[in-house]
Amino acid sequence: MTPSSLVTPASPKTIQPDWDFDGLRRAYDAISDIALGELKLDVYPSQIEVITFEQMLDAYSSIGMPLMYKHWSFGKHFARDELMYRHGLRNLAYEIVINSNPCIAYLMEENSMMMQTLVTAHAAFGHNHFFKNNNLFKQWTDANGILDYLEFAKTYIARCEDRYGEDAVERVLDAAHALMAQGVNRYPRRKTHSLRDEEQRARVRRDEQERSYNELWRSIPASARSHRSTTESERRQLLGLPEENVLYFLEKKAPLLKTWQREILRIVRHVAQYFYPQKQTKMMNEGCATFVHYHVMNRLHDTGFLDDGAMMEFLQSHTGAVFQPDFDHRGYGGINPYAMGFGMMQDIKRVCESPTDEDRAWLPEIAGSGDWVNVLKEGWANHRDESFIRQFLSPELMRKMKFFDLADDSKSDLVVKAIHNERGYQTIRTKLANQFDVVQNEPEIEVVDVDLDGDRKLILHHRVYSGILTEEKDTRMVLQHLADLWGYEVVLAEVAAQSDTVLKQHNAAPKRGVLVA
Amino acid sequence: MNIVDRRLNPRGKSLSNRRRFIRRARKELTEAVRKATGERSVTDLGGEDKVWIKADRLREPQIHHSGEHGERDHVLPGNKTFEEGDLIKRPESQSGAGRGSEGAEDGEGQDAFQFALSQEEFLDIFFDDLELPDLLRKQMKASDSFTPVRAGHSISGSVSNLNLKRTMKNSVSRRIALRRPRPAEIEAFEAELAGLAEAETPEDIARREELVVQLEDHRRRSKRIPFIDPVDVRYNRFEMVPQPVTSAVMFCLMDVSGSMTEHMKDLAKRFYKLLYLFLSRRYKNVEVIFIRHTHVAKEVDEETFFTSTETGGTVVSTAFEEMQRVVTARYPRDQWNIYAAQASDGDNFSTDNGKVSALLKKIILPMCQYFAYIEVNDEGGRELNTDLWRTYDSLVKSGSPIAMRKVSERSQIFPVFRELFARDQQPAQRAAYDT
Repeated sequence: MTPSSLVTPASPKTIQPDWDFDGLRRAYDAISDIALGELKLDVYPSQIEVITFEQMLDAYSSIGMPLMYKHWSFGKHFARDELMYRHGLRNLAYEIVINSNPCIAYLMEENSMMMQTLVTAHAAFGHNHFFKNNNLFKQWTDANGILDYLEFAKTYIARCEDRYGEDAVERVLDAAHALMAQGVNRYPRRKTHSLRDEEQRARVRRDEQERSYNELWRSIPASARSHRSTTESERRQLLGLPEENVLYFLEKKAPLLKTWQREILRIVRHVAQYFYPQKQTKMMNEGCATFVHYHVMNRLHDTGFLDDGAMMEFLQSHTGAVFQPDFDHRGYGGINPYAMGFGMMQDIKRVCESPTDEDRAWLPEIAGSGDWVNVLKEGWANHRDESFIRQFLSPELMRKMKFFDLADDSKSDLVVKAIHNERGYQTIRTKLANQFDVVQNEPEIEVVDVDLDGDRKLILHHRVYSGILTEEKDTRMVLQHLADLWGYEVVLAEVAAQSDTVLKQHNAAPKRGVLVA
Repeated sequence: MNIVDRRLNPRGKSLSNRRRFIRRARKELTEAVRKATGERSVTDLGGEDKVWIKADRLREPQIHHSGEHGERDHVLPGNKTFEEGDLIKRPESQSGAGRGSEGAEDGEGQDAFQFALSQEEFLDIFFDDLELPDLLRKQMKASDSFTPVRAGHSISGSVSNLNLKRTMKNSVSRRIALRRPRPAEIEAFEAELAGLAEAETPEDIARREELVVQLEDHRRRSKRIPFIDPVDVRYNRFEMVPQPVTSAVMFCLMDVSGSMTEHMKDLAKRFYKLLYLFLSRRYKNVEVIFIRHTHVAKEVDEETFFTSTETGGTVVSTAFEEMQRVVTARYPRDQWNIYAAQASDGDNFSTDNGKVSALLKKIILPMCQYFAYIEVNDEGGRELNTDLWRTYDSLVKSGSPIAMRKVSERSQIFPVFRELFARDQQPAQRAAYDT
């Protein structure tokens, strides 16, 4: 027993308004009984870290990671967030949680004891369970290795800065960041290596290149090699085309990059891949965590751990988080993932426990099963936002949220295509699922060919669906980065998916001396 | 579960990112800072400043869908009156109904960007690439200079630091406490014993035996209890305190005779302020001495320096004499970096010019790190060179390090200042001036 707990008169049954470490521990234990006992959650061990608001801003700006390599863009985000926070334009999130093992959850020191309890239930149990059990996370992220890998990335990039100068490294990072969205594999190809091995593998790769380097190869006359011409299919096979992961392609195939530049592309690619599941499961992840904290807090109130005052405080904070402004409300900023997620989880629980006939028709597998704990856990494990909505969104919830679907052809007036009625449920469910589908909301871009025999022009295609092209200015800037990395000309053709006709073309030529000689 | 208290971790984790950002936005920030300093009065300079930066270099581009083409669906919450098939007028100037405020906010945030510079950063940029001559040398010398300062007593130390008074005080109190016999007591016993050596009476014999025992006891005690015990010893303790040798004193010399107009004084004031700011960036400790002069010179406080007007002629050499007096009295040259900045309208008694020239060359310039002279004029300026200007000019031509400029408008201050302290000034360039 610690000395502090000897002098604290607090009864172990209730919480104090202000938090202390002993209180945190008791709250954790109380939550743990409910979360693991009743909800049967399966979590990584937790590490709860108490931080100041400034440290929270720090974490914000480095995309929520406790350690990150250095880049000016993080400084920019920090400055912006700080300014907004100081001017009271934005509140900080109450918590940040990291998909790592042990699962790290940040608590801000300004929070009350009730908030700390809420955040612990939300992050250290809700998000934690989701990270550990959702298939996407299991498949694409390595919670055991991420912190080690980031440590490696940080020191590697710092070493590069020492050796090649901050400017040189910055240029590579700028270019890589611009292509981050094109730096993920959307579909599994082969088993990825554990991130923990990456540092080892990087070293072996480098050593091997140094060992097998032979000056002789450079002296072979160019003409002896240049006459080789390849057929298109040979060439595409050789280069592993088409390739959706542009960063991967550049890392492996860009002709002029140095080893360290490739390694940096690889690091950025890994970071992008690590966060890709979070993008795809934002709504579910928050829904899961919110559902867990709501259940836990209510149960803590039942057991008397939370008194009525704390419960009121909780409800105020909770309703604020799950508030969904209407589309015509000033504060509308899209569908609130907390509201949508929490709504769906509560709705599933309702359908399991007391279904209506409508629920039986729409959700026959789960309606009336009673076992909502397992239904939810199954759902959290096997879905992402898009498929979860397709599977579980009930008419009841659509009515509650008063969803309607607008068709927009970018020209004429908007048409209300479906509303929350019998005729519209199916349309809304499908369209909403599409709206949450990351793959459909990001341009689908592939490297399709390289003119190996000619001027080495890199050819990319954007498959255009429903005539939605890319935004011109940003695309031009990204392509410039791409051309700088590739070292030769780059062309992005926007090709209509149905007809294969080229709708628009963007070209970029490398600026010599920016990234490659 | 594991709870870690990170609140005391080193702060400013993102500082290096911030530094990188500032470096990236250097050009834009410098522009913004220049604009800010130009617009505002100089006394404003140095607060926390917010500047707007707008730069493609700070954009983080990503390929994303454009809101201007194609067909799409928006599923929105909060339907109130719409029925299937209703037509809604396209909202104007929005990329798409569904993206609403989010899109607009993002777009704006990307283009223009408000950034709060701390005072430090603001001035750093302001003083960017400015250096004073001979500065580095002095700074190298000045680093890590320590002075021992008395700091109480310690029980260990070197013999030379023994504090005798303290030690003896401890010794006395210990001897009293342990009742160590004083030598006088022993002597008294010894004398009495000697007197009783031939004693015959039984009382005397008894007394003698008693005395022998007592004397024995006293001698034993005085041997056991040392006069000075190691526990008594105290040494003087010294702490090495880093000494701010990086101190600078800045002399502001100004002609306050009637020929100086308010406008000229205003120009001079700005010049001094900038120099002061610059020095306070470079030195831990900067003192400013204001010396005004007419035909007599006097050290005054800042208020008087800038506000009060005097009548009288103009004898510049008096200011130099006053400065020399102050330096000799208070600012030994091995501990202070001396900077002097003189502002004048160029008037001087013609008979005084020779003395000025001699004083400058023999006394003032050798003791100064840097000597700057600005000649302030009323707007429009004068074409002719003044007496003082010509005097200094001839000094410069003969190789003396004087930086001199003519200033007639507020907007000329900043460029003049930059030029005056521009980095890598060669002695020859330093002496150069424009006419």
